Amino acid sequence: MTAVDTPPSANVGTTKLRKEDAHLVTGRTQWTDNLQLTGMLHVAVVRSPMAHARVTKVDVSGALEQPGVVAAFSGADLADHWAGGLPCAWPVTEDMQSPTHLPIATDEVRHVGDVVAVVVANSRYGAADATEFVDVEYEPLPAVVDMEAALADGSPLADTQLDTNRSFTWQKIDGDVDAAFDSAPHVVERRFINQRLIPTAIEPRAVVCAPPREHREYTMWSATQVPHILRLMLALTCGVPEHELRVIAPDVGGGFGSKLNVYAEEAICLVLAKRLGKPIKWTESRSEGYQATIHGRDQIQDVSLAFNEDHTIRGMKVELHADMGAYLQLVTPGIPILGAFMYNSIYKMDALSFTCHGVLTNKTPTDAYRGAGRPEATYAIERLMDEAANELGVEPFELRERNWIKHEEFPYTTIAGIEYDSGNYEAATAKAKELFDYDGLRAEQQRRRDDGDPVQLGIGISTFTEMCGLAPSRVLGSLSYGAGGWEHASVRMLPSGKVEVITGTSPHGQGHVTSWSQIAADALGIPFEDIEVRHGDTAVAHKGMDTYGSRSLVVGGYAVQVACDKVVAKAKRVAAHLLEAAEDDVEFDAGTFQVKGSPDANTTMQDVALAIFAAHDYPEDMEPSLDSDATVDPENFSYPHGTHLCATEVDTETGAVTIRSYVAVDDVGTVINPQIVEGQVHGGLAQGIAQALFEEAVYDAEGQLKTGSLLDYYVPGAPDLPHFTTDRTETPATTNPLGVKGVGEAGTIASTPAVINAVVDALRPMGVNDVLMPASPQNVWNAIQAASSASTTAASAADGGAA
Amino acid sequence: MTRVGMTVDGEPYEHEVEPRLLLVHYLRDVLEKTGTNIGCDTSNCGACTVHLDGRSAKSCTVLAVQADGSQVDTVEGLAEPSSDADETDGWHPLQKAFHTEHGLQCGYCTPGMIMAAKDLLEENPDPDETEVREGLEGNLCRCTGYVNIVKAVRTAAAELREGASS
Ligand code: FES
Ligand code: FES
Repeated sequence: MTAVDTPPSANVGTTKLRKEDAHLVTGRTQWTDNLQLTGMLHVAVVRSPMAHARVTKVDVSGALEQPGVVAAFSGADLADHWAGGLPCAWPVTEDMQSPTHLPIATDEVRHVGDVVAVVVANSRYGAADATEFVDVEYEPLPAVVDMEAALADGSPLADTQLDTNRSFTWQKIDGDVDAAFDSAPHVVERRFINQRLIPTAIEPRAVVCAPPREHREYTMWSATQVPHILRLMLALTCGVPEHELRVIAPDVGGGFGSKLNVYAEEAICLVLAKRLGKPIKWTESRSEGYQATIHGRDQIQDVSLAFNEDHTIRGMKVELHADMGAYLQLVTPGIPILGAFMYNSIYKMDALSFTCHGVLTNKTPTDAYRGAGRPEATYAIERLMDEAANELGVEPFELRERNWIKHEEFPYTTIAGIEYDSGNYEAATAKAKELFDYDGLRAEQQRRRDDGDPVQLGIGISTFTEMCGLAPSRVLGSLSYGAGGWEHASVRMLPSGKVEVITGTSPHGQGHVTSWSQIAADALGIPFEDIEVRHGDTAVAHKGMDTYGSRSLVVGGYAVQVACDKVVAKAKRVAAHLLEAAEDDVEFDAGTFQVKGSPDANTTMQDVALAIFAAHDYPEDMEPSLDSDATVDPENFSYPHGTHLCATEVDTETGAVTIRSYVAVDDVGTVINPQIVEGQVHGGLAQGIAQALFEEAVYDAEGQLKTGSLLDYYVPGAPDLPHFTTDRTETPATTNPLGVKGVGEAGTIASTPAVINAVVDALRPMGVNDVLMPASPQNVWNAIQAASSASTTAASAADGGAA
Repeated sequence: MTRVGMTVDGEPYEHEVEPRLLLVHYLRDVLEKTGTNIGCDTSNCGACTVHLDGRSAKSCTVLAVQADGSQVDTVEGLAEPSSDADETDGWHPLQKAFHTEHGLQCGYCTPGMIMAAKDLLEENPDPDETEVREGLEGNLCRCTGYVNIVKAVRTAAAELREGASS
């Protein structure tokens, strides 16, 4: 047979329907909470109702008398089982202050929801009931809630074991910031509030841990994004040797960063399985999760930009207060630090100073939430560019274009010291403006302003970039992160011609099984259907850095490609041997090895796989195996970008905001599966818009979480969100062989400022220059009232008070 | 303990249960029918949506004893068994359309979403975008941003209408 005209990539770049879907649409799923093991016991957790208190007594004896209760433990009862506190893998400064975080608190509780005791019973309901009979006495301590007050002299302490609420101050200064600001003709300065959010993956967390049976190992199933990291960290925390612990992330129902962690309940289930010798299950209730699962954002951002007369940017200053909450979880302190590289965004400037104060408070810890540090930075710079355009009296796109990195200037080393490999801001912007009918909407806006329409049209712009694909290991090392950012893949060539791809990424909705199959299918010339992708079980995928930070494709997909390339290289040698040709004379295309110039001398990848399995005849200087591994360490981050445009209708009489249209043009480099990419953008947009318009985690002055359930924390439903118009430009990445860039977080990062810029733009004629997020009717109305009373005061001052 | 009996996905079941046992826990923990999920404790998310005597209901808001004598349908009973090699042949048009339109990512909301959409289409066989969005108001999805869910429901609606008229 001869190789026919097959396109070099038949799978990559085309929409393949997801292999993941069959069991999900039919209900044959494997969520962690589905598991029922013989003899399994259920844990319920007793949590602190107080934000900060000394624990003076924990008596579990009442619970032990309840029907079905098998055991109950206080923090003191299990204190000897922890080899250490729950880990923080990112000590951003040498003197970072970090409260000791035991899975079960012993003498001090530091936020509502902190664990004080656990009850184990033979049923879910029985365990929950018995928690009522655990007698805990608290001596209230003052709660630290406000970040700035927390840093003032004489503030009460969020952790009485420390002598400060300042966890760290981290600084990065590039260029001569004083020179940039001192003689600047224009300086624009603002304070923005990035409110606290609750990630709310629809599957609550759940953990099942089984003690050793026929094997020596413990098996843990957890609704986690990070089975590999979890295994190592639990081994260190619970004193179970790493090789005796297997962690499985079965079907996982979304994460968005909230399952990128090592949680008390995971450590507790492991230790209880050890202590009681029975399988242990814990499933979070939603309201419990709102206290016990990490929150996101919560920064106060003081930012300023200095401009030249010609409106080019001279420099930027950023000072952040970032609320860590009560404990430093896995990567808590690193989240705002990631912003250090992103405040300058797509703009050229000569100086940038970034200072971040990490503050301890008596609230649920913050950590990675979709975007993690980059949405905050992008919000600040994109809001500030609009404010600057307004103050300087220029069109917001004109100001952006004046300052952004031109297409021909790539690769470009930014003021923050990282190299953007590729991008085309002009192309994405042109496409977005056209899809949006930018000029038409501006004209309509002007008409409605002139007519005094009570419902005003606002147009919001976000020309964003972000850094993702975490991450070059050496860069992580220089930022004091506790591990590298490589990823691993292996390819097993089965004798029947089928293929198993093993990946170290751990998907929970992103469609890796499908996309990785597409990559491998093209690289190996094996049909898409003949490839199985295995993941999320440390016994199967023994090595990996898991899924977060829009890293999976750019690092994990890259590893799949490299592992496949190694298979092809080995197979080519075998093929040459079998075809009795020199290796250099053999060409590989679409699964067929062929001797140049001899159309009949060919063999297929499948035949080579069978031949090497039989191993009767293969080159003497190689092992009889095509299987290959690859561990790739990216040389750079990935820099997707795009232009998002939002049109809002803002009712100036009620403060109600509706999104009339939303256009997102994203450039995520080469695309493996357009449908999956579009889905990632949609989901990202929904979460970014949710921050802009709907969501806020609210604590009162006592540190009580006022938005403690889905009743009070408003996650938008289908009627709350608009249709999204999405499109792409494609500027391939130059730092990985696939040309791909990350996409998981782009929509979230871009959309929040696009929406708020649109809301502010609608109200600009009324003197409004900011609206607090979420831009609820109340916050919008407050902004209108504040602006109108400011203008009345100004007017009456100008009129000498006669008005 | 109270005796309850009901038909779930066409099979009859009878058990002694605690009077306070939620229907969703009865399905998941007692019947081991784990196709129906739980996403909240305040009846906001809709992950637990099933059909109770033909109408959609959040099974976390119903006690098992209240469903005594009822017919319960879950996502697990939706597909027709298919003899064909392609199992999607037996799928309900909604299952097919969620797959083809990429109306799911993690899939946790999907069983509830599909059951709610089925009820919606039984009421309104040709909903426009706004009607789909409003009809699914009680079901939260955190992954998809809803655009492809809306598409999937309208695609399924078209297929169902075609099936009904042919
Ligand atoms: S679990 Fe029933 S509505 Fe959320
Ligand atoms: S697909 Fe994940 S919650 Fe809807």
